[in-house]
Amino acid sequence: MLDNVWLIPLFPLIGFLINGLFGKKIKNEGVIGGIGTLAIFCSFLVSCGILMQLVGLPAEQRVFEKVIFPWIHAGNFKADMAFLVDPLSAVMIMVVTGVGTLIHLYSIGYMHGEEGFYRFFAYLNLFCMSMLLLVLGANMLVMFIGWEGVGLCSYLLIGYYFEKKSAGDAAKKAFVMNRVGDFGFLIGLFTLFWWFGSNHNIWTINFMEIKAASHLLPYGGVVTVATLCFFLGATGKSAQIPLYTWLPDAMEGPTPVSALIHAATMVTAGVYMIGRMSFVFIKAPETMMVVAVVGAATALFAATIGTAQNDIKRVLAYSTVSQLGFMFIAMGVGAFTGGIFHLMTHAFFKACMFLGSGSVIHAMHHALHHGHLHDDPQDMRNMGGLRKAMPITFLTFFVSTFAIAGIPPLSGFFSKDEILWQAFSNPYHGDLNKVVWALGCIAACFTAFYMFRLVFMTFFGECRINPKVKDHLHESPLVITIPLMVLGVLAAVGGFIGVPKLIGILPNYFEHWLEPVFELANEYGKQYAHMHEHSHSLEWGLMGLSVVIAAIGIFIAFTMYMANKSLPEKFTSAFPGLYRAVYNKWYIDELYDFVFVNPCKSLGNLLWKGFDVVIVDGVVNGVAKLVMAFSAGLKGLQSGYVHNYAMGMALGVVVIIAFYVFR
Amino acid sequence: MVSLHSYLILSAILFSIGTIGVLTRRNAIVIFMCIEMMLNAVNLTFIALSKYLGNLDGQIFVFFVMTVAAAEAAVGLALMIAFFKNRESIDVEDLNLMKW
Repeated sequence: MLDNVWLIPLFPLIGFLINGLFGKKIKNEGVIGGIGTLAIFCSFLVSCGILMQLVGLPAEQRVFEKVIFPWIHAGNFKADMAFLVDPLSAVMIMVVTGVGTLIHLYSIGYMHGEEGFYRFFAYLNLFCMSMLLLVLGANMLVMFIGWEGVGLCSYLLIGYYFEKKSAGDAAKKAFVMNRVGDFGFLIGLFTLFWWFGSNHNIWTINFMEIKAASHLLPYGGVVTVATLCFFLGATGKSAQIPLYTWLPDAMEGPTPVSALIHAATMVTAGVYMIGRMSFVFIKAPETMMVVAVVGAATALFAATIGTAQNDIKRVLAYSTVSQLGFMFIAMGVGAFTGGIFHLMTHAFFKACMFLGSGSVIHAMHHALHHGHLHDDPQDMRNMGGLRKAMPITFLTFFVSTFAIAGIPPLSGFFSKDEILWQAFSNPYHGDLNKVVWALGCIAACFTAFYMFRLVFMTFFGECRINPKVKDHLHESPLVITIPLMVLGVLAAVGGFIGVPKLIGILPNYFEHWLEPVFELANEYGKQYAHMHEHSHSLEWGLMGLSVVIAAIGIFIAFTMYMANKSLPEKFTSAFPGLYRAVYNKWYIDELYDFVFVNPCKSLGNLLWKGFDVVIVDGVVNGVAKLVMAFSAGLKGLQSGYVHNYAMGMALGVVVIIAFYVFR
Repeated sequence: MVSLHSYLILSAILFSIGTIGVLTRRNAIVIFMCIEMMLNAVNLTFIALSKYLGNLDGQIFVFFVMTVAAAEAAVGLALMIAFFKNRESIDVEDLNLMKW
């Protein structure tokens, strides 16, 4: 089975080729959607087989590298098209193919009747292939292909409704911001490659070879530089400060895309990458600190913005940015397992919520369409009371909301609590970890608040949709609700594979599973760690605290949006400036426009009108004019009279002979 | 016995006369005849040197030159007739279209 790992990215590639090349001719939506879904489902089955086999092996043998074909062998440099199967990539392929299958299935229903249905599935398959390359790549270059591939697919799918200018702009924004990050990734790669090569004559970009040689890496210094560059790549892909603003705009894409790419899988690539290179990152304490602080800042910052948005998908987008921040906190404090665990549970509940919001938008859209109304189907101010019309969507969404808020025993509780506890108790960053922990706690409170605000505004209370079309709100078809139910169940019980030791009702399977991957990193970390003993009562206390924090958030949301509905109004009129700032996302987009975008545009204009038009065009046209003037002079020689030509020949012969005679 | 020098000098004189003719005369047929004269001056050189060096290569070349000259005469005269049909003239001053 392990030898067949190459099948996993192959199936989506085949699906992409079929749908991409012949989709336009196939026309039948069932066939197109079926091919796309089947392709990724086959990958899921292979992934399951690989996971099973991996489980059967002893822990230390769970690393397997499969070279598909030699790719680049040039001098010392060697890069193969090779896949790496280990517990970490096994988790990732399960998440990508599992959630991917459900979202493909969902898309058949959601994208029904859309123009370019085949295009959607072709891109979706291409995305899955790239993502699987990313997580399976055995060296940085294969990972980088996937890394770029998912960026491309993200661009294509955000701009799916390309006739809308806002969608095209959002796609461009995402692509350009990702490019900034990719630049960092490449510089990091080069730095590491160069350092190993020039200092130890180890010319490699293979993860396992780097891991084997990682004891040679110094603490700090060049490793800090390399890892900071890698982290820049991670901030671009995973939407962290300072490169996060593309993700909320990415909601211009169809909702299944938001669920798959911009919540469950692609945006977690940065977290995965840090996990994959944990043994390098841990050797740079400064970078770890930066990761943790940036993660905490992003978690809180994005959460505050989420509290004031009215577009249901935008709230979820900021929530995603915020949750990714939590994952980076985990990575930064050395709790790699916790970060990957949260990555997985987040994939479940956030995919469920995005698909749920898609189901809501679907219903709203159809109802509004029926009444020929042009209200915004994504605006929560038009919703309300949908739980009666859409019980399944409501229920799954509700469960996921409890999960993300961190209410036990749902999955989000275990993973988020793990992260907060590790942030509090980690031995790496001295006093700073308390700050990180505090920021995380506040962000958790905001998370509970804005998520329940969303639920209350959407599913509870009076229905605010135009009364004319109220009766046309219906639950979505089964093809949409089945993925919701599966994800809802996963969001509810997914956490039980990582129950903390403290609770102890179940062993912490997840930690055991990933232990071999992060063992070395933890070993290196001990060099500068300041171990503290923390009592069990403290851990219990903090666990209780995180539940209380979530409850406070929910309570505030309940008070403001259920019990006393005039409160939000009062609040906004009491602090109009604050409300406007939050509503306008703290004016970060405007700031970026002012600091980066507009100067770049001005520079571009200057180069165009100054350099290109005057100098480049001037040189080209000038050469042409010079030649014309010269030839106008020479033209006189060509009189057209035979005599002159004969004279020329004769003189020429005389000159040549004279040259040889009198030389 | 006439010396090689004499042949070469005669040949040079003939060639020069031919060249000057080509350059100065306006009648195309005369120019044509002058070219023939230049060719024959060269032929004379070939034969003189062939005899002097005791090597037959020069004489073989002369046959080639004469063949080419005959072909050239045929083509050249045909061109001139065609030109005359158009312009009613064989003056090369009227043949002034050979420019861009």
